[in-house]
Amino acid sequence: MAGKDRVVLTGKHFMQGDIACAEGAIAAGCRFFAGYPITPATEIAERMARRLPEVGGVYIQMEDELGSMAAVIGASYACVKSMTATSGPGFSLMVENIGLAFMTETPCVVVNVMRGGPSTGQPTKPSQQDVMQAKWGSHGDYEIIALAPSSVQEVFDLTIEAFNFSETYRTPVVVLADEIIGHMRERVIIPEADEIRVVNRKKPKVPPGEYAPFRPDEDLVPPMACFGEGYHFYASGLTHDESGHPQTDSAEAQRKLVQRLCDKIRKNADKIVKTEGTMLEDAEVAVVAYGVTSRSGLSAVRKAREAGIKAGLLRLVTLWPFPAEEVSQVAKKVDAIVVLEMNYGQIVREVERAAKETPVIFLPKLGEEPHKPAEVLWAIRGALQ
Amino acid sequence: MSEDVHPFETFLRKEMIPHIWCEGCGNGIILNCYVRALKDLNVNIDKVVTVSGIGCIGRVSGYINTDSYHTTHGRAVAFATGVKVAKPELKVVIISGDGDLFAIGGNHFIHAARRNVDIQVICANNFNYGMTGGQYGPTTPLDAWTTTTPYGNIEHPFNLVHLAAASGAVYVARWTTLHLRRLTQSIKKALQKEGFSFIEVITPCPEIYGRYNKMKTGIDMMNWFRKASEIRDYSDPAKAEITPERIVIGEFVDIEKPSFDKLLRDMASKVQEKMVGEE
Repeated sequence: MAGKDRVVLTGKHFMQGDIACAEGAIAAGCRFFAGYPITPATEIAERMARRLPEVGGVYIQMEDELGSMAAVIGASYACVKSMTATSGPGFSLMVENIGLAFMTETPCVVVNVMRGGPSTGQPTKPSQQDVMQAKWGSHGDYEIIALAPSSVQEVFDLTIEAFNFSETYRTPVVVLADEIIGHMRERVIIPEADEIRVVNRKKPKVPPGEYAPFRPDEDLVPPMACFGEGYHFYASGLTHDESGHPQTDSAEAQRKLVQRLCDKIRKNADKIVKTEGTMLEDAEVAVVAYGVTSRSGLSAVRKAREAGIKAGLLRLVTLWPFPAEEVSQVAKKVDAIVVLEMNYGQIVREVERAAKETPVIFLPKLGEEPHKPAEVLWAIRGALQ
Repeated sequence: MSEDVHPFETFLRKEMIPHIWCEGCGNGIILNCYVRALKDLNVNIDKVVTVSGIGCIGRVSGYINTDSYHTTHGRAVAFATGVKVAKPELKVVIISGDGDLFAIGGNHFIHAARRNVDIQVICANNFNYGMTGGQYGPTTPLDAWTTTTPYGNIEHPFNLVHLAAASGAVYVARWTTLHLRRLTQSIKKALQKEGFSFIEVITPCPEIYGRYNKMKTGIDMMNWFRKASEIRDYSDPAKAEITPERIVIGEFVDIEKPSFDKLLRDMASKVQEKMVGEE
């Protein structure tokens, strides 16, 4: 079943979402995990603790999530692909250093297996309540890439994608799973190692004396030297110029840096954003959903079609940058949009902005279960009246 | 001409000088001793990473010409832990302040010491938060005056060397910025030691802390260090007091214990050997 080196577990598996996340990370080249136990993400840490020593990596259990995120950045600057996994309460602590990772352009992956909040909330129950926190959690202007898997296979695939985006754009990437996706078991097909696309960060092509750690190429992404390679570079969470030198008084430096850091995501959004449409061609109502709720959405859309109602599903695979153009295109063709979320209204606001005049009906869900297909079908019928 | 070249030139980022530190501040002395230790040991500075947190001394990572990183407030030790365990061949040194390391970052400090991560921590203890204008912190002596203890400090301070020793550090020392040679020797010793080492450096902050506590100049503060310091090598760090009358300094701990990095590597080797055996 496993490859001889046990790095990529090629084959067919019946696997839990959290485990698939760990395996995806290892397949993507992750060799460092720093974390703190938290339901419902603990299985990712447990799997990494067992697997990383097998593949020459390091697992470290830190004293808290503040330290976990700081250690993840440290490992990445030492040129080791690194990640952490947590849930809402831990993510709240991590946002401090997610801001630092953004500011110092650190490739790394943060998995948030969402549970009910705010505060300690419902540790063993699913939610999608951290979607806006992923985007806006840290202070200051920043852009994040966030991906929302809706199956165990997709947890594996999107964790690899998350590492690839983080390496391509030198930025932290968030995987927003939820308790159901994290804990359910499904079939996962893990390809041969050489069939998996793995991206590694750009390295400097200039000698140490000429290297500026934050001087971007045309794609707005600077090549990244690592500690110990002789570049003697300096990185700081302070606003800095291309050399990394703090610029705490210059308005121009602040504008230039923050704009570039945001623009390297915004201007590459077309390469990042991914959505999946089902039965949208002739749809009169579109359900917009992501993660676990998109499964309810798909089921409801099928039931609607059986009942002769022209419904379709737009599944958001990328949540940030928000697929505004994709939603807008769908909105132009349908009479109404139904948004499903396991929260009290987050992504629906983005959908409303993109949908413009098209009416948007929001179906919130708080607590144990995602939407029942019958509930969604009811909303689809209501939308057409 | 060679006489125009400062002996530390290759160790400092010239373009970042002059530094931001006040007249009479001891942070420059600490940087000087650190550079001297690296130079004396002929360390390959390509393999040194200097990490700092937030505060006056936090800017040191910008002045030293090693690979260096300026973290968020309090997270220098956790960041350094990630660097060291990811790439064990690097020498990772943290230079940060008492507030950064022991208030907001206290948890990371005690746990890195407990794990015995092979990193070296140099703490500039100036008894207050200088960067924000002189508020009290976890090392401010009882009864001292700061901007947020306008009626005198009513909190008991940490004894940092005792805390480091109790947390598991394999090397613990305390000096003042007056004890240049001993401090440099200590840094050299720490750099050569495998495991978590801790050096507290009592440093003058005349502009802020001194001004509130009847020591308005660097000389006043250094005179306090001179009069009050007592070297008590290998005495009980629990009794290493800092009072207006007495500052107990010296080396307190120098023991051997397997480092976290070594145990990690040993464990990984065993796991991989077992895997080969199974095939």
